[in-house]
Amino acid sequence: MKLKHRIVFAVFLLIGLLLAATSGTTTSNYVAVSSNEVSMFTSDEAFDKMMEVLTHERCVNCHPNDNVPKQGADGHPYYFGIERGTDDVGFEATNCTTCHQSENNKYSGVPGAPEWALAPASMYWEGLDKFEIAESMMDPERNGGRTPDETMHHLTEHELVLWAWEPGVDANGVPRELPPVSKENYIKAVKKWFEEGHVIPSK
Amino acid sequence: MLFRQNKIKQMNITLQVNGTSHTLAIADENTPLLWVVRDILDLKGTKFGCGKAACGACTLHVDGEAVRSCSYAVKFAEGKEIITIEGLGTKENPHPVQQAWIEEVVPQCGYCQPGFMMATAALLNKVPKPTDQDIDDNIINVCRCATYYRMRKAIHRAAELTVPDEAPETQNS
Repeated sequence: MKLKHRIVFAVFLLIGLLLAATSGTTTSNYVAVSSNEVSMFTSDEAFDKMMEVLTHERCVNCHPNDNVPKQGADGHPYYFGIERGTDDVGFEATNCTTCHQSENNKYSGVPGAPEWALAPASMYWEGLDKFEIAESMMDPERNGGRTPDETMHHLTEHELVLWAWEPGVDANGVPRELPPVSKENYIKAVKKWFEEGHVIPSK
Repeated sequence: MLFRQNKIKQMNITLQVNGTSHTLAIADENTPLLWVVRDILDLKGTKFGCGKAACGACTLHVDGEAVRSCSYAVKFAEGKEIITIEGLGTKENPHPVQQAWIEEVVPQCGYCQPGFMMATAALLNKVPKPTDQDIDDNIINVCRCATYYRMRKAIHRAAELTVPDEAPETQNS
């Protein structure tokens, strides 16, 4: 009997471990911050929370400093020699929409979202720190002429930006990593920072 | 887990393939267009290569644009004009790209060639006289037989067949 109990215990333990491992692949490493706490953030704290997302590879990969899109968590240059092209969407016959559609493809693992494209060259973030990215983001000469209000709406409403929280699976069917802050808290942090006057903290 | 979360939606779809209209009942609207073309319409010229939109063997045209059909959900093809390699030309009247491929004896094993030809036809629609750089930029399919050198020659030849060079001006004697 004792041996039987041990076997049953071991089987349940194994199932538990497997379930824990499986569920771990679909969640991100969110820092546990309640939405109430976000509302209480100072401007600097809201800035830091916002920039945790905007400095994530998934954002920076499409804001290259050399007209070459990047891929993956390691930000490697895009395969196959793909470059910006004249309209930020690649070359004449081979461009973003050759492979990327308006939503993720769960069979091929090719990601997709509306208006899939590189950010314009003036909006390069690659190689910049979070303070420099914020300066670029708020500079109308580099941000596409956006007002602060338009920038805030872009950051909190644009489908391609918010795709970061629905990145789908990769070519091997493995869920892509999520940004380090939940979408809800990110949006609250962005709005808080803009409402507080969008002051970029000193380095 | 994600696969279970996504509900499978059926759909009826009408699309034009090589000039013929088809109305199809599709069990899953996210079925790759590749499998609709191959398995339902029995057009086997479009090939399955990597299944990850990386090799280009499955390239076909959707409204004139080159598309990797292994990564193109059929629901996006609703009402659109699809051209596969079977619709590019005929044996009697080959497309300039097909004619050039024959003249330059491009294929080795041949498996990837329909995708290359479809990508090339799309390129010539956009850039009638492509330079070597245009070819490097746009023709990024993969050929394991490494027929790239012959393909480059064939692409230039196809451009000649598509847009013949203007005849040199005759000098007045």
